[in-house]
Amino acid sequence: MTTYFTKDHEYLKLDGDIATVGITDYAQGQLGDVVFVELPDVGKSFKQGAEAAVVESVKAASDVYAPVSGEIIEINTALPDNPALINEDPEGKGWFMKIRLADKSELSALLDDAGYKALTA
Amino acid sequence: MAETPATQTLKFTPLSDWHAAHGARMVPFAGYSMPVQYPAGIIAEHTFTRESAGLFDVSHMGQAHVHSSDWETTARALEALVPADVLNLKPGQIRYSQLTNADGGTLDDLMITRSAAPGYEGWAYLVVNAGCKDYDYEHIAAHLNPAVSLKVEEHVALVALQGPAAVAVLGDLIPAVKDLAFMTSVGVTFEGHHLHISRSGYTGEDGFEISVPNTFVVAFWEKLLSDARVKPIGLGARDSLRLEAGLSLYGHELDTTISPVEAGLKWSIQKRRREEGGFPGAARILKELKEGPSRIICGIKPEGRQPARENTEVMKDGRLIGRLTSGGFGPSVGGPVALGLIEAQFATPGTDLVLIVRGKELPAKVVSLPFVPHRYIR
Repeated sequence: MTTYFTKDHEYLKLDGDIATVGITDYAQGQLGDVVFVELPDVGKSFKQGAEAAVVESVKAASDVYAPVSGEIIEINTALPDNPALINEDPEGKGWFMKIRLADKSELSALLDDAGYKALTA
Repeated sequence: MAETPATQTLKFTPLSDWHAAHGARMVPFAGYSMPVQYPAGIIAEHTFTRESAGLFDVSHMGQAHVHSSDWETTARALEALVPADVLNLKPGQIRYSQLTNADGGTLDDLMITRSAAPGYEGWAYLVVNAGCKDYDYEHIAAHLNPAVSLKVEEHVALVALQGPAAVAVLGDLIPAVKDLAFMTSVGVTFEGHHLHISRSGYTGEDGFEISVPNTFVVAFWEKLLSDARVKPIGLGARDSLRLEAGLSLYGHELDTTISPVEAGLKWSIQKRRREEGGFPGAARILKELKEGPSRIICGIKPEGRQPARENTEVMKDGRLIGRLTSGGFGPSVGGPVALGLIEAQFATPGTDLVLIVRGKELPAKVVSLPFVPHRYIR
């Protein structure tokens, strides 16, 4: 499984043509305590870079963008009742949604682990 | 995520280095580099303050004295600027008030204390907001008569110790504070330094605001934190605590267009001033006291979990009736809380409202303030 990142601090873990998407540990640290999350409906499709979810901390609201184009095939139904999972385990239990990739060539626009580490250093 | 703004022109408090060295996230606030949160995070800091005692650096706020040879001269000079009764303050007593403008809007809100110190009978101690202080000082100085002077205090820091354990913690170091009544103050000497201690605060909890010489404040701060009942608290939790307590924040519930009556602060205008007037904007403010304001700040509770933020439109029967002035998540409430400036006819607790959040209608209700009961020791 390969992990990619966006400059807007989403991660994407790729398994075949299914991408598990969430926000990075760096992003949750910047946001602080998450108190609300709004996830898209399963079956909805997004273009790469479109607003797909909303995450709100005590202080502020942030958009979460679809890192790749595709259809939402699953959402993390545990999140709305327990948004603190995003702080506790952002790249594990705090995942947002699974997207079926529409176009694998879009992955070339994303950062790899080293590129993301350099961005947030 | 937001980029970090440039920091080169920011001012620092004597505790700024301490905050940064202890993992605080520093943000620009009112021209100062201030800690928004420590590693514990806003919710943990908020909850700790309600359960034990939180320690806040509020040294960015403005501290000053207005003084003359006698109390009546000083009080009358201040009463020309604020709608509170200053004259009847007892030595050591504190009163909350506002600097109003000629239109009845609010230039700033502030605390006024009558000095109890021997030799300082004509002195009033003021604490004003950081973001307003330069203008406040200009405004105050320009309106004082020659018998009265303004002295800005640059060599003192300000810390707040807030929460149910505050009195036990500070009382262990300075026993005199145990008998201090709410909204009164005392000057003490502690380890050779002069401290001015007020029983007051901005969280809805019992607690103290302590003016400390800049040169002693780091040692004093660390002394308080050596008590396990105390933890440092950032501005993020300060905001959620004051919001739950229903307390106004200048620039939100108060500004140059919002009168103290509209802000729900008519309790801060005492009887003699209501009868006599004689403060800037009295025509409008006295009319609003008599007839009721056309719009007023009230508590608004959004349904569900989603916070509604400042500037959110407030609707009733499909019509815009106002906007939120503050909104966020209340950790002690366990859900979203907000304050809004709305048409007064809809401000009765229990009234159903609709908030427009990200283009969607979010149901909400008017509620009585505060969201979390005050626990001041009277």
